[in-house]
Amino acid sequence: MYRYDQYDQTIVDERVAQYRDQTQRYLAGTISEEEFLPLRLQNGLYVQRLAPMLRIAVPYGLLSSQQIRKLAHISRKYDKGYVHFTTRQNIQLNWPQLEEVPDILAELASVEMHAIQTSGNCIRNTTTDQYAGVAADEIEDPRPWCEIIRQWSTLHPEFAFLPRKFKIAVCGSEEDRAAFLLHDIGIQLVTNDQGESGFHIFVGGGLGRTPVIASSIREFLPREHLLTYLDAILRVYNRYGNRDNKYKARIKILVRAWTVEVFAERVESEWAHLKDGPATLTGDEIERMKSFFTMPDYKTVDAQALDSELQQTAGQNKAFARWLERNTRTQKQAGYRSVSLSLKPAGVAPGDVTDQQLETIADLADRFSFGELRSTHNQNIVLTDVLVCELFELWELARAAGLATPNIGTINDMICCPGGDYCSLANAKSIPVAEAIQRKFDDLDYVYDLGDLELNISGCMNACGHHHIGHIGILGVDKKGEEWYQIQIGGSASKDAALAKVLGPSLSREAVTDSIEKLLDVYVENRLEGETFLAAYKRIGIDKFKERVYAPTA
Amino acid sequence: MPQLLKDGQVIDNPWQIIEANDEADQEALPSGDILVPLSMWLNNQSVLENHSGAVGLWINGDEEIEGIAQSIVTAPVIAINFPKFVDGRGFSVARLLRDRYGFKGELRAVGQIIRDQLFFLKRCGFNAFEFDSEIDLDEGAQSLADFSDAYQVAADQPEPLFKRR
Repeated sequence: MYRYDQYDQTIVDERVAQYRDQTQRYLAGTISEEEFLPLRLQNGLYVQRLAPMLRIAVPYGLLSSQQIRKLAHISRKYDKGYVHFTTRQNIQLNWPQLEEVPDILAELASVEMHAIQTSGNCIRNTTTDQYAGVAADEIEDPRPWCEIIRQWSTLHPEFAFLPRKFKIAVCGSEEDRAAFLLHDIGIQLVTNDQGESGFHIFVGGGLGRTPVIASSIREFLPREHLLTYLDAILRVYNRYGNRDNKYKARIKILVRAWTVEVFAERVESEWAHLKDGPATLTGDEIERMKSFFTMPDYKTVDAQALDSELQQTAGQNKAFARWLERNTRTQKQAGYRSVSLSLKPAGVAPGDVTDQQLETIADLADRFSFGELRSTHNQNIVLTDVLVCELFELWELARAAGLATPNIGTINDMICCPGGDYCSLANAKSIPVAEAIQRKFDDLDYVYDLGDLELNISGCMNACGHHHIGHIGILGVDKKGEEWYQIQIGGSASKDAALAKVLGPSLSREAVTDSIEKLLDVYVENRLEGETFLAAYKRIGIDKFKERVYAPTA
Repeated sequence: MPQLLKDGQVIDNPWQIIEANDEADQEALPSGDILVPLSMWLNNQSVLENHSGAVGLWINGDEEIEGIAQSIVTAPVIAINFPKFVDGRGFSVARLLRDRYGFKGELRAVGQIIRDQLFFLKRCGFNAFEFDSEIDLDEGAQSLADFSDAYQVAADQPEPLFKRR
């Protein structure tokens, strides 16, 4: 993974000092509330319903075991002994003290971490595929490009006060696991006819109140021009994005107002001035970045022998077999697998993990996964590069720590925002809805029979729980001061990205789980052999689902 | 006399800002150094040439400067007004003036700026700062040096960090 040199370390250390001074001036009353707001937001600090919330950056989801141990320590010393993994691969502390945030940031800086630009109207953490570097369908490892973008976007002097937040994702594989078409800029690594690598650039995607799938503005951007082209997009957006109405301020609204053709032309004409300028990437810099993401020291193994041994073990242990099927995934390196540690056992807020579990995760990473791990936008942890013959041992240890619930990719692996229990923006609670669904669907055979199913829950239309792109989405709404829930179906975050459609009038919380069950009944009754919920929905349409859920009760 | 932070020093600010008005009435203009609105600068050069003091201009961050850049870069002072400190358009306009149109004079940030923006403002090419709120300029000047280095190319640094590390 990327390691700081003295320049990176100095910048992060100076950021801590700057924010410490700002916090002191705020507490002394020499910075007003209004002026402090963007300063604290751009250091990750929200003021929430019950306490401040600190969002810590995990650049493109990559973490070392040392960093995880530090997070465990921070959660014990400054918080209540647990942290929350978010849908942007970041980590949130729910109960830090405003006065102590500079100390927390200093602790983070000591392990090459920060909370820079994790919130506020600026360029946020760049996200990517949790299987970067090991995915069998990978075209190119996206992480060197993510790090190049991280450095370019960190404290960019021109783009710290944008009209609205700005999110970038990079996709380096055939399958999209980064939901890159739902970002302000989506970057797809591609190779042109001459065999040169470059980028297909999309803009204007996003969730929130007005969900939009991004549009292509440049089919091939040669790799050395990445930063000058990003500068051009951001400059056009910074100058012409709407600043009067925050609900119309995202780049997607500008792209729609101008049309994508006009937007692309404006970017091209701005870029004409910047192209080949000093920010043009050099071959040396690209190679330097790639040198941080080399493959670990794989053993040469007899993959076939290991695999048949594994199948034998699985044949003797049903619980292990279930976990193996749902929570592990083959890699392009034979003899190794990637393991998902589920942060979604029933009864725990999705994505929450205790300090003790963090310590265990760090130990597992050291022992089985070359000391590295990844956070995922589905709010789980992935350990890559696990030797197949060590999977059983890993499973036993993970299970003892409550990290081996075999539910990855199932209905119980839902994405869920913190909702009304924590967030001051929320219209409704989301965690109790998630829990009720997990309790309802606790029959594993039934859950596995349903197959891959993405269920996403947001407590308000800001869509942190990505409800628009769930196969089933649940949105908390406020109806005259009461919490109600709208159900949507048919969304997808994959390359066939689609936005879900609203099923009908919103429902009470009590009615949500029963309605989900009805949706699943319709699917099970109508599916063809091997057909997923999403595929069945696309074939039979929304009406059958709608009729069942809203049928008058006898 | 009001004070100004310029090139890292706290100095007297003799410049008076003339509020938006298309017509320059020589009688109505105050004596001394003045910063006039863009429209006055563009439309009343003959009047302004006869002004007793020095004349510069001010623009808003949303100004389309592409078409008029050549006629303003000759000014000794260009001020960019920030109607709200969170309105970041002025940062881009400053960079265009410095990087693209070669403006060499004083580039001044005016309006609702805050000291915690000074480092970024300086990087975008501003070298003078006129606050509309009461602040201790000597203390505020420390924020110009919040960081000793930066990753990006900007008006104050022609080479990105990756070419210097």
